[in-house]
Formats: sequence, C-alpha cells, structure tokens
Amino acid sequence: MTRYMSILLIGCFVLSAPLSMADTLTICQTCPVKTIKQGLDKSKDGDVVIVKPGFYQEGNLNITKQITFLGEDFPVIDGNNNNEVLTINADSVVVRGFLIQNVGTNYLEDRAGININERDYCIIENNKLINTFFGIYLKNVSDCIVRDNLIQGKAIEEISSGNAIHAWKSKNLIIENNLAEKHRDGIYLEFVDNSVISGNTSRDNLRYGLHFMFSNHDQYRENIFLNNGAGVAVMFSRNIEMIQNRFEKNWGASSYGLLLKEIYDGKIEHNTFLSNTIGIYAEGANRLNFNYNDFEKNGWALKILGSCMDNKFEYNNFISNTFDLSTNSSRNYNEYIHNYWGDYTGYDLDKDGFGDVPYRPVKLFSYIVSKVDPSIILLRSLFIDILNFAEKVTPVFTPESLKDVEPLMKPVK
Amino acid sequence: MLKIFKYSFFDLIRSRWIYAYFSFYLITAISLLYISNDLNRAILSLMNIVIILSPLIGTMFGVMYYYNSREFVELLLAQPVKRTAIFLGQYLGLTVSFSLSFGLGLGLPFLFNGILGSEEIGNFLILLLNGTLLTFIFTAIAFLISLLNENKIKGFGLAIIIWLFFAVIYDGLFLLSLVIFEDYPLDSFALIASIFNPIDLSRIFMMLQLDISALLGYTGAVFNKFLGTNMGIVVALISSLLWVFIPVKGFLHYSLKKDF
Repeated sequence: MTRYMSILLIGCFVLSAPLSMADTLTICQTCPVKTIKQGLDKSKDGDVVIVKPGFYQEGNLNITKQITFLGEDFPVIDGNNNNEVLTINADSVVVRGFLIQNVGTNYLEDRAGININERDYCIIENNKLINTFFGIYLKNVSDCIVRDNLIQGKAIEEISSGNAIHAWKSKNLIIENNLAEKHRDGIYLEFVDNSVISGNTSRDNLRYGLHFMFSNHDQYRENIFLNNGAGVAVMFSRNIEMIQNRFEKNWGASSYGLLLKEIYDGKIEHNTFLSNTIGIYAEGANRLNFNYNDFEKNGWALKILGSCMDNKFEYNNFISNTFDLSTNSSRNYNEYIHNYWGDYTGYDLDKDGFGDVPYRPVKLFSYIVSKVDPSIILLRSLFIDILNFAEKVTPVFTPESLKDVEPLMKPVK
Repeated sequence: MLKIFKYSFFDLIRSRWIYAYFSFYLITAISLLYISNDLNRAILSLMNIVIILSPLIGTMFGVMYYYNSREFVELLLAQPVKRTAIFLGQYLGLTVSFSLSFGLGLGLPFLFNGILGSEEIGNFLILLLNGTLLTFIFTAIAFLISLLNENKIKGFGLAIIIWLFFAVIYDGLFLLSLVIFEDYPLDSFALIASIFNPIDLSRIFMMLQLDISALLGYTGAVFNKFLGTNMGIVVALISSLLWVFIPVKGFLHYSLKKDF
C-alpha cells in the first residue's frame, strides 16, 4: 500500500511541477536574450529553453539546470574546432533539434558534441552532429535515451579520432535509430549494463560499428553495420542478445562481421551476415546460442577457435560462402545441428527434411589455408576438391567430431 | 584460309560430336537452373564443370580431328595453298564451332531464365569467356601435339597427360611447393605460378568474381594489389591471350617445317 501511495505522491509532484513553475525562455538574435549562455544562466529547473534558428558560436555551453533545451529548425551551435560544445551537468535534461558542429580534436581530453557528465535521465534526440571528435559522450549516466540523431565524423586514422556514441560506466540506456558514421567506433560501450541498442545504422567507421567492452545484460537488435573496419566487436561481456542485425561488407585482412572475444551466455539470432571477409570470429566464446542466422557470400562464414566451448549452432543458413567453417583445433566442443549448408550433397531417403548423411563443414583446404596463406590462390582447383573429398571420407586433419548429423535439406525460411 | 575455315566449320557443325557437346551443356545448364533455382549458384557449379571439361574436350577432340582429317590435309597440301592457311583454317573451324555450341548450350537456358536483366550477367559473361578461352588454348595445344606425333596412340596419350597435368598435377605440385617453402614470402611466386597454367588463370577469373570476400582476407600486399584492383583481371586476360597465341604460333611454325 505504501508503495502505491508513494507512486501516487511522486506522480502528483511530477505533474504539478511544470504547472506551477515552468517558464519558457526564447533565444534569438532579436529577442531580449540573444546568446545561449545568457539563456542558460537565466533559466531555472523545469524551464523550457527554445533556441530560434541562427548561428551560435559561444565556446563551451554548460547546462547545469534541469531544463528542456529545444532547437527550432536546427539552430547551429558551432564549436569552432576548438572546444567541447554542450556539456550537461544536470539530471533530466532534454536536448532536441540542434545542429552541433566542429568539435575540436584533442589528445588530452575527450571532447564531445554533447557530453553528459555523471547525470541521469537525459533525453538526447533528433540532433545532427557534424564534424565531431566524439559525438555523444555518456559518462557514468543511467536511464538515458539517445535516439534519432545523425552523427557524422571526419575520422581519418584511429589514434586521432573519437567515437560517435560513447558510453562509459552507464546503465539502462536506450540508443535507437541513430546514424553513426565516419568515426573510430560507431557506438562504443564500456561497462554499460542493461541497455538496448536498436535500429541504428553504423557505417564507414574506422574500427568497429559497435564495440562492447565489459558490458553485461545488453541487447542490440535491428541495427545495420555496413562497411566498417570490423563490424561489431563484443568482448569480455556476458548475457548479450544480438537479434536481427545486418552485418555487411566488412572487408579486409582482419575484418569481421562480428568479433566475439571472452563472452559468455549470449544469444545471436535472426542476423544476416552478407559479404564479409569473416562472418563471425569467435575466440573464448562460451555457452552462446546461434540460431536462425543467414550467412551468405562470406569468405569464412564462421571462424571458431579452439577456445570456444558449449556453443550451439542450430537452424542457420550457410549459402555461397567460400568456407563455411574454419577452426584451429583438432577437437570440437561445440554443437552444430539442423543447419542448412549450401554445399551439402547428401540425400534424404526418409523424407523427414534432414539429410541422412552427416555434413562436415570444415574442409581440409580451410585447414591448409590457415597454415599457408598464399595457398588460397588454389581455391576451387580440382586437386583441392580431390583432397577435400579424401579428407571428408577419412578425417585426419579436421576435427572428427565436428559434424552436423542432421543437416537440413532446404534453407530455413 | 577463309574457305578452309568455312569448309571445316560447316563440316563440323553437322557432326554428331558438336550436337552431343551442345546438348550436354544444354541439359546441364537446364538441370542446374532447375535444381538450384538461383542464377548465381548455377553459374558457380557450371564454372567448376567448364574449367575441367573445356580443356578435356578441347585437347581430345583437337587430336582426334587432326588425325581424322589427315588425308584431307594431305590432299590440300598438294594444292597451291599456304600451309599456315590450311592449319589455321582448320583450327579456327574447330574452335569456333565448339565455342558456338558451348555458348548456345549455356546461353539459351540462361536467357530464358532472365540472365540479361540480372546482376549475374557479369559472372555469366566471365563463364562464357573462360570456356571459350580454354577451348582455344587447349585445341591449339592439341594441334601442336598431333603435329609433333605421327603415332596416334602416342598423340592421344600425350593429350591426356597434358590435360591431367594442367588440371590436377600442376596444382598438386604447386601446393606442395607452397607448403615446403612456407617460411619464405610466396606471394609473387604464387601469382606467377598460376600464370603458367591456363586452367589456374581461369580459376582466378572465377575467384575474382565469386570469392572476393575471402581473397581480401589475405594479408599479402602483392596479392591485395593484384586481386583487389582491376589489375588482376587485366593480367589474367593478357596471360590467357598469350596462352592462345603461343601454341597457335607453335603449331603454325612447326607445320611449315614438317615433312608430310
């Protein structure tokens, strides 16, 4: 009962607060308040500050009150390539509708377009951030929403660039429908828990489209990762769910659609991996479920190293990949079952939809290529086919127990 | 030369062999398209067939045709016709008719499956080009072999060995040397070694189209330059043309010297 009472009380307070004391402050070239700095000084908790279209170059702007900060028709706030633009040092701040540009690069401090500094409940939405060092920087915050932002950087090399959305030591974040491009990492999460990352597009970033470090219980879904240095990296994390994402055209020598390293208990479902050099690269990945993913036209659909255990691959489609699976170990501790393999040549006499002959996804040739790189030039040679066939009949170099005992005859829809 | 070309061409397109060759590719293409229901995968399977079969048919039929038409050649040699014209005419008659039946056999089913409007048209053209080039190369080699060997059995044997060498043994030796000399930088060696085998060249064409994702995973700079740019295609094409030119030149040269 007391719980309901308190909720009611809080509700009344929240509802009555804006009614009793909220003011609206307008900032424009012809208004009484001409600069944003003045406006921020004059505002008090709960105010709405509206900025009319115009060009504002006022150095670093520090929001210290719980205000709703609105831009009309994307007023430009310029950092003059010299400083951080918007620093938020208050709870429950809303920033909406600004064009923030020219954040200066600095090697000593992490300057950002919008920096939320150890405060909670912020909403950053529908902004454009152009030519930023760091785009949106969330430092030790919780319950923040970052959505519908366009963040466009100018990254040329990794050491002198920042991340489009950077979150550190935060929890309960919602990051959705943003477009992050040309930064070091599109979205970078370190020590971020219980957050949802959905509907974002991350492309043309130098390093990763999405980068998880030491983050647990997060979910990312329906994102698109295109043409990044290396798609998505999930490292040292637990209980991450990755659902319905697209990983496309991550090309290069150490380029992956998805890089998994030291990760436990996750779910990877309904994702599409198209035309990547390596679809999924897993090292020290344990107890993950890979279901209903499509792997198409990748160089290597999967590279699962010997340090991976107890993963289950079920109902995935492997179509037109150069190699379906490659591993560096002669033992296998993972389970592959009920997948559709494009190269499967078996038959299904009892018509139960599963092939009667097990399929061995690791080819001898992928083993040879992992030992002697240039031999890749012999791909699709008749000689190699003969070798692969011999190995298939009596496995010597490839893990004997690595096989799909019930491969699907038709692709999973 | 044109007359001789015309004669052997019309002679050949009436022969059973050409029809058999044509219908083989027709049936294979139709059934592959029917089974896979996907242009890309059908092309992939056909590439694997073409790079093995075109050289085989090219060499075997080239040798056979030469030995069978030997009397006709001797008759022509008695006439005031240039020797190069006789052999070049026969060579072209054979290769053009085979390439035509190959092209039609594959082309018709794909045409009906809408290849023209699809994005696979590039891959399909590469496939046709590959098959045609291989036919030209291996028929020339076959002519050279049969000109050098009066003995039919020896000629056939040599033709089979040559085919087997380029199709399988060469790659085996190639791989072996890569494994043995693993510790050395082998990029350039690997590329040059594949230039010396026309079947490998065709494979490179194919890989550049289909496996580019995997190829870009390799770190060697020479490789990347070769495979990642148009240079790969250009070099492979030029080398293939050289592979046609040199054996043709060879058998023409030898035909002038040979005492019939």
